[in-house]
Amino acid sequence: METFTVHTGTAAPLRASNVDTDQIIPAEYLKRITRHGFEDGLFNSWRKDENFVLNRPAYQGVSVLVAGPDFGTGSSREHAVWALMDFGFKVVISSRFADIFRGNSGKQGLLTAVVEQSAVEQLWKIIEEEPSTPVTVDLEAQVITAAGFTTKFEVDSYVRWRLMEGLDDIGLTLKHVDEIRAFEAKRPSFKPTTI
Amino acid sequence: MGRTLAQKVWDDHVVRRAEGEPDLLYIDLHLTHEVTSPQAFDGLRAAGRSVRRKDLTIATEDHNVPTTDIDKPIVDPISRAQIDALRINTKEFGIENYELGNKEQGIVHIIAPQSGLTQPGMTIVCGDSHTSTHGAFGSIGMGIGTSEVEHVLATQTLPLKPFKTMAITVNGKLPVGVTAKDLILAIIAEIGTGGGQGYILEYRGEAIRALSMEGRMTMCNMSIEAGARAGMIAPDETTFEYVKGREHAPKGADWDAAVAYWKTLPTDDDAVFDREVIIDATKLSPFVTWGTNPGQGAPLSANVPSPDDFTDEVDKKATEKALEYMDLKAGMPIRDIKIDTVFIGSCTNGRIEDLRAAADILKGKKIADGMRMMVVPGSVRVRLEAMAEGLDKVFLEAGAEWREAGCSMCLGMNPDKLTPGERSASTSNRNFEGRQGPGGRTHLVSPAVAAATAIRGTLSSPADLVGSN
Repeated sequence: METFTVHTGTAAPLRASNVDTDQIIPAEYLKRITRHGFEDGLFNSWRKDENFVLNRPAYQGVSVLVAGPDFGTGSSREHAVWALMDFGFKVVISSRFADIFRGNSGKQGLLTAVVEQSAVEQLWKIIEEEPSTPVTVDLEAQVITAAGFTTKFEVDSYVRWRLMEGLDDIGLTLKHVDEIRAFEAKRPSFKPTTI
Repeated sequence: MGRTLAQKVWDDHVVRRAEGEPDLLYIDLHLTHEVTSPQAFDGLRAAGRSVRRKDLTIATEDHNVPTTDIDKPIVDPISRAQIDALRINTKEFGIENYELGNKEQGIVHIIAPQSGLTQPGMTIVCGDSHTSTHGAFGSIGMGIGTSEVEHVLATQTLPLKPFKTMAITVNGKLPVGVTAKDLILAIIAEIGTGGGQGYILEYRGEAIRALSMEGRMTMCNMSIEAGARAGMIAPDETTFEYVKGREHAPKGADWDAAVAYWKTLPTDDDAVFDREVIIDATKLSPFVTWGTNPGQGAPLSANVPSPDDFTDEVDKKATEKALEYMDLKAGMPIRDIKIDTVFIGSCTNGRIEDLRAAADILKGKKIADGMRMMVVPGSVRVRLEAMAEGLDKVFLEAGAEWREAGCSMCLGMNPDKLTPGERSASTSNRNFEGRQGPGGRTHLVSPAVAAATAIRGTLSSPADLVGSN
C-alpha cells in the first residue's frame, strides 16, 4: 500500500445522503474477477445524467469527494472502494460513514475523513463557487484546508498509523502467528468444522 | 460490572490485545461465495500464502447464479467465469464448495444455519453484509470486504476494534399478522440507516423471545440496514432446539459442554449498554418501505410522506429525491400503490417458514391479472422441504413461478431483474435505487404482505383479503 501523509487536489461536491454502495458501483460490475479497472462502474447510473457532478467539465480530475451523511451504506462490496480509487479519488469527506465501507477504505488506502456536517456544507460552498480550489488533506495534522477554511477531521488512530506507514494488515497479523496457534490449541472441541 | 452478550462472545475470541492496537479476533467460521472472493484468492496466490483453516471455511454459489435451467451452462459468460474462478480457487486451496446443483447449495446465510454450522457463541464472517443473520443464534456475524476475506483466509483472524453495544428491547406481544419483518422495518425507520453505526445491536424483550429462529434470522439479517455490522439475540431453548441434531451440531458429551457454555452467554442483569431503544410491539402493524433506503418506511395503513413532513434539510431532500425516483405522490395512501412484480426469497425471507406463510395466504387463490410473482427458495434444502409439503403446487396454481435456489432478484446481478420503471413488492432487504435492476422500484415487505399484494395487485396485508375474492 502507498503511504499517505498529505494530499492536495480539487474536490467534487456530492450533495446526497445515504449514498449506498449499490449507487457507488452496481452489482452488474461485481461479476468481474480482477481488482482493477472499476472506474467505468463508478456511480454508473448517476453518470448517465450529463449534469451529474462528475460529468461537469469543472470537476474533471478531482481527487477528493465531499459527500452527505451516511456515505457507503449497504453492501460490503469492496469494489466500491476500488471504483473510487480507480477513478482517481484519494479522499472522501463526510460527516458519517458506514462501518464496513470505512473499514474497506482503510485496507486499501482511501482516506475517509469524518468532519461535522457544517464543515461539509462549508466545503460544498467553497468548491461549488470555485471548483478549481485546491483542497489539502493533512493526515498527520488531521486538518483539511481549502481557500482559507480550515477544519479538523477524525480518523481511526490505528488506520491513520497504517496509512502513514503504508503497512499491509496480513503481514502485521502474521507476526503474531504463535499467539494464533496458542489460541487454537485452547478452542473447545464442540466448535464445528466444515469438513 | 456484568457484560453483554456481545462483549462475552467478543472476549472469548481475543487472540491478542495490546494498547493502541485493534483486538486480534479469532474467526470460528468463514463463509465465502463467488462474488467477493476471487480477488482475495489472487492476493493469497501473489503472496505465496495458503488458507490457514480449510476446516473452518466453506463456499457456495449464490449471488450471480440463475434460478432456472440450472442443468445448462450459465449463459452470461462473465457470470460463468466468476463461478469457474470459485471452483478453481476452492479446489486449489482445498475448500469445500457447494456448487450449483449440489443438494447443499443455496444462499450463504441460509446454508450455514440449516446444516448446524451456525451455533451460539461463535464469530462468523463472510464477504457479504448480511452475515449479521447469524447473530440470531447469539453469535457475532459480520460482513467483511475482500481485503478482510483475504486476511481471514490467511490468518483465521481479523484485527477489529470493539464495538459499542445497543439494546433494542421489544416489549409486549406482536399483534396477529405482524411478523419479524414488519418489526425490523419499523426498528430501522425508528433509529435510521445510520443509527447502528459503530454498534453491535442486541434484540431483547418478550416479542423477541417469542420469535422462531427463522424470525430471529430475519431480524438480525437486516441489522446492517440500520448501519450495524452485527445484530444478536441471546441463545435460549428455541435456539438449542433448532441446532440439536443438525449434522454439524455437537454430539454426546460435546453437546452437553456446548449447551453449558451457551447458557453463560446471555447479557448479565447488571451489564450496561451504550445505548438503549425501547419498542412497544403491541402498537405495530404491517410495515413497508416507500423510499429508496430501508429507513424510509411506514405502516401499510399510512400515506406516502411529504418532504414537508421533515424538519431536517437532509431528510427533506432525501424524501424529495426518493419520491421522484419511486414515482410516488406525497399524501397518497400506501395501500393504493400498484405493484408489477412480487418477489419472495433472499437471505432475509427465503426460509421454509417464509414460504409457508406466503403459501397459507395464496392457497386456493389466484394472483392478480398481469402480476408477475417469483418464489425463490433460499437453498436446495428449503426447496425440497417446500415441495415435500406441496407448497410448490400452491404457488404454481396461484400463478406464481417456482424457482431454483439463489439470491435471485434481491440484488440484480443474475438474470432475475426488474426492468426500468417496474415496481416490486419484495421480501428482500434493500430498496436502493436500481438494486433489483436499473430503474427498478422496490418496496420491502414481509412474506405475508407480499402474498396478499400478489392477490390484490396493490400493496396489501392479509387482513385486506377478508371479504374479497
